[in-house]
Amino acid sequence: MTKKNFRPDVDAPEYKGPYAPYDIIKEGTIAVLVVFLLTAALALVFSSPDEKAITLKTWSTADVVDFAKTAGDELTGTSAVAGYGAPYNNNGTAQHWGFIAPAHWIGVHIPVNTATDFVLDPLSSQPAQPALSAALSAWKGASSSTQTAWTDAYTKAEGNITFANGVVKVPTTGAGPIPTLINYLTAMARSGALDQALVTQNGFYTTNYTKPLLFLSDGTYLAGLADQQHLTGTQWGMMNETGQYPGQAWLWLYTFWYQIPPYNTSVSADFLVWGTMMILTALMIFLPFIPGLRSIPRRLKIYRLIWREHYARQG
Amino acid sequence: MSTTEIERQWTSRIRRSVVAKLPPDKMLPDTQPAYVASWIYVFGVTTMAALMVVIVTGCILALDGPQWWHSSSLGHFINSMHLWSVEIFFFAMVVHLWGKFSMAAWRGGRSLTWVTGAVTFLASILAGFTGYVSQTNFDSQWISTQAKDGINSTGGGAFFNVLNLGQMLMWHIVLLPLAAIVLTILHVVMVRIKGVVPPFEDSKEVAA
Repeated sequence: MTKKNFRPDVDAPEYKGPYAPYDIIKEGTIAVLVVFLLTAALALVFSSPDEKAITLKTWSTADVVDFAKTAGDELTGTSAVAGYGAPYNNNGTAQHWGFIAPAHWIGVHIPVNTATDFVLDPLSSQPAQPALSAALSAWKGASSSTQTAWTDAYTKAEGNITFANGVVKVPTTGAGPIPTLINYLTAMARSGALDQALVTQNGFYTTNYTKPLLFLSDGTYLAGLADQQHLTGTQWGMMNETGQYPGQAWLWLYTFWYQIPPYNTSVSADFLVWGTMMILTALMIFLPFIPGLRSIPRRLKIYRLIWREHYARQG
Repeated sequence: MSTTEIERQWTSRIRRSVVAKLPPDKMLPDTQPAYVASWIYVFGVTTMAALMVVIVTGCILALDGPQWWHSSSLGHFINSMHLWSVEIFFFAMVVHLWGKFSMAAWRGGRSLTWVTGAVTFLASILAGFTGYVSQTNFDSQWISTQAKDGINSTGGGAFFNVLNLGQMLMWHIVLLPLAAIVLTILHVVMVRIKGVVPPFEDSKEVAA
């Protein structure tokens, strides 16, 4: 290869210098031993966090009004999940950038109807009770305009829901069967039966917690606990861990975008952040093939620090 | 069977090709260029050592199922080792990556070595993430319900459901470790075949 054709950011010079003894097996063995001992020491001294999972039972017991409000929103189709869009339903606008809307293109793959899946089906699985059966029949048999009227009345009263003597009180008379259904669902949740009903909808064996997790995420209780643990989005939550433990610190760049405009002011923030990260990731993977970017290390000259002994030998 | 026939066997051809590209003294060298004399070179082998501890502790956790560590002090200790080895793994890997970037370690026909390393980094991030959402505790509840919005926005959530514990656990303990191990082996084999990238040579830089 002539000097003229030599590309310093692509080609490497042929090394004709000295060699030093190198015991690769010894190096590897020592590395494993050191890392093992360091890991064991860190585990002994710092342990690891394990905050117990919350359940619909603990939620509805600790913050019954929040649970009842959320249950009402699931029934009336006004919760975040009810209006989420793909992949759960067609009720929301998928995040997009211009005409690029892959979630919309792919559509519904994990169908979730919050009224049916979170409220009506679990209540229908309960032993027959006259008041509950009547409320279920009333809701299912009502026209959509009637349901809308009940929903409007419920929505206006929702902010004043109270709980006393084991009863959720919705201060309105125009919400039809909604208060009754909410009361039965709250009682079901507080007994622990709703947790089971949501995970066993697809049969006895299950490892899929999509529905109870979506229900939990619609309330403010889960987010409140996360806020106490500095895990929310504005607290760089994705890279944090409960307590004072290091979390996924390597996600710092992903989390960073959520803190600044235009990402943190966009309704398609997630899509924009993912798009940005995909572009940056592609640049990282294909860095050796990108003129300009692949010259950065040569221009930064940090390599002179790394190979300082080599350059010192060269004089 | 004739000698020619033996030489034409698939097995013989592959053996000759492997030995030609990666002879024993390259696979297990006893010397190395004198320029390989910086602390930065420690982080590659540290990453692999941490990966071994991650895998061993993960295998021990697998013995008694995904919820064993919540109720057993030994299980919790192994989980702690799993967590800290992951932290060491990523720390070492990131330092290794920046070190190799600073050396422009893709030079001299080493582009694929860089690419496999970068993809291993991505597979590891995904492996770490699926581990976090498979903890079956509050942390996994919160992380999964938050992360769903990101992956759903890309359309990927339709196929990679972070709220599905069974799916995430399988990715975490089977598919992604397999990917990380295979990619790491490929990466190391490429390093051994091509050797450690030589330093920039000032005269050639000027000439270019």
